Amino acid sequence: MLDSLLAYPQALLGPLWPVVWTLVKIMLIVAPLMLAVAYLTLWERKLIGFMQIRIGPNRVTFFGIRWLGGWAQPIADGLKLLVKEVVIPTGANKFLFVLAPIMAIAPALAAWAVVPFSPELVLANIDAGLLYLMAMTSLGVYGIIIAGWASNSKYAFLGGLRSAAQIVSYEIAMGFSLVGVLMAAQSLNLAEIVKAQQSGAGLFGWFWLPLFPLFLTYLISGIAETNRAPFDVAEGESEIVGFHVEYSGMTFAVFSLAEYAAMILISALTSIMFLGGWLSPFPASWGILGASSFGWLILKMFVVVSLFLWFRATFPRYRYDQIMRLGWKVFIPVTLVWIVVLGAWMQTPLWIWWK
Amino acid sequence: MMVQGIRNFFKTFMLFELLKGMAVTGRYLFARKITVQYPEEKAPQSPRFRGLHALRRYPNGEERCIACKLCEAVCPALAITIESEQREDGTRRTTRYDIDLTKCIFCGFCEESCPVDSIVETRIYEYHGEQRGDLIYTKPMLLAIGDLHEEQIARDRAADAKYR
Repeated sequence: MLDSLLAYPQALLGPLWPVVWTLVKIMLIVAPLMLAVAYLTLWERKLIGFMQIRIGPNRVTFFGIRWLGGWAQPIADGLKLLVKEVVIPTGANKFLFVLAPIMAIAPALAAWAVVPFSPELVLANIDAGLLYLMAMTSLGVYGIIIAGWASNSKYAFLGGLRSAAQIVSYEIAMGFSLVGVLMAAQSLNLAEIVKAQQSGAGLFGWFWLPLFPLFLTYLISGIAETNRAPFDVAEGESEIVGFHVEYSGMTFAVFSLAEYAAMILISALTSIMFLGGWLSPFPASWGILGASSFGWLILKMFVVVSLFLWFRATFPRYRYDQIMRLGWKVFIPVTLVWIVVLGAWMQTPLWIWWK
Repeated sequence: MMVQGIRNFFKTFMLFELLKGMAVTGRYLFARKITVQYPEEKAPQSPRFRGLHALRRYPNGEERCIACKLCEAVCPALAITIESEQREDGTRRTTRYDIDLTKCIFCGFCEESCPVDSIVETRIYEYHGEQRGDLIYTKPMLLAIGDLHEEQIARDRAADAKYR
């Protein structure tokens, strides 16, 4: 069906076809992602509002339809930021100042290339997917550091420095967690990692169970990596405002987009590597509920993202030295020990997580 | 001591406190929301509510204010300006009674100091000015507010009278 539909444009474009087709596929990923980012901001405000016994945004609506109250909020916010002036401070390095938000968002989007939405549905099914992801998520920090430096503001600079130190520290723990995953899955390919979790035991076949400490470490490092509360010292609204003090209008909006896109990315990766990706938690005999589908991945991502928001609503910001202590003196030893345990465990018949 | 330390270590390590904290916020997630949907719903007001000022009149239409200037004297923000003159019937009346609401701190001292219950603070809090000077309320404006809301003002004074 799809093949016959595509035959015509394929013939028309000739050698250009692969490029165009890839661009189409990229759009198919990025457009829904941007929409998800927009509505994640709404969900964040709503959920945190609920936890504070408030209602959250419920006024802005489409065409005055009452029951859609709140649903137009992200659109309104986006439009507002879009038409605001982009102020470039005197003394800022103009080129880097404008480059920084792009540097922040590009890796957060590029990483989606290897994320498998279902066994077939993946833009680039590369074997070193996990490695590529590590590289991409690490690159995000450059945007922040450059933003901090190019702003020519001490507060922004402080934010950038904090962020750099924090992300470098948590990268290690994150990397070690991924080592555990690749040991258990025997593959760096993300689709293979999900398939390795398909053991027939449903929920208990997924890697969160044997890799529980790594799962937690990954989740928490992921929060630190995306500079989310309670690890948001880089932003630190109440003390230094953060690396994007000097940004306004669309340049600021791009930083927000990057932060939320990274959040969704981390939740997607957590779902894929520890929570069985598109696999259903129920036995295959349960019909539609038992079938593996894209919907399960979305659901898991939603749960993990909501967890991020829940953390933000609950915990006060970590002190800077506590962040460093947690990263270096808790997470890295924990992950290291568990990798050794895992290695030993996998040599025994007690290891039941692969075929 | 040792046991305590070990227990604390495990409690921290198992994220016990964190889970407890999350249980609190998790409970509130399902709690009934207390937001007052402002333009449609309004929070209840006390009869003592100190909002926009008004100048009252006696039932026969005579303005109460006798230009004693106690309110002007007591006003901590110096928001009240009064000028007075003898009227042709021999009574002292204000010729000017301005309240600068941009200075006013709504302490209610003017109302308390008034010997004839002339200057009062009403329950009105929904008013605005669109340019500088709009919030300087003059004597006719204040009297107009008093005339418009006399019923409510009188009821509020009556309700609060026994506590004064």
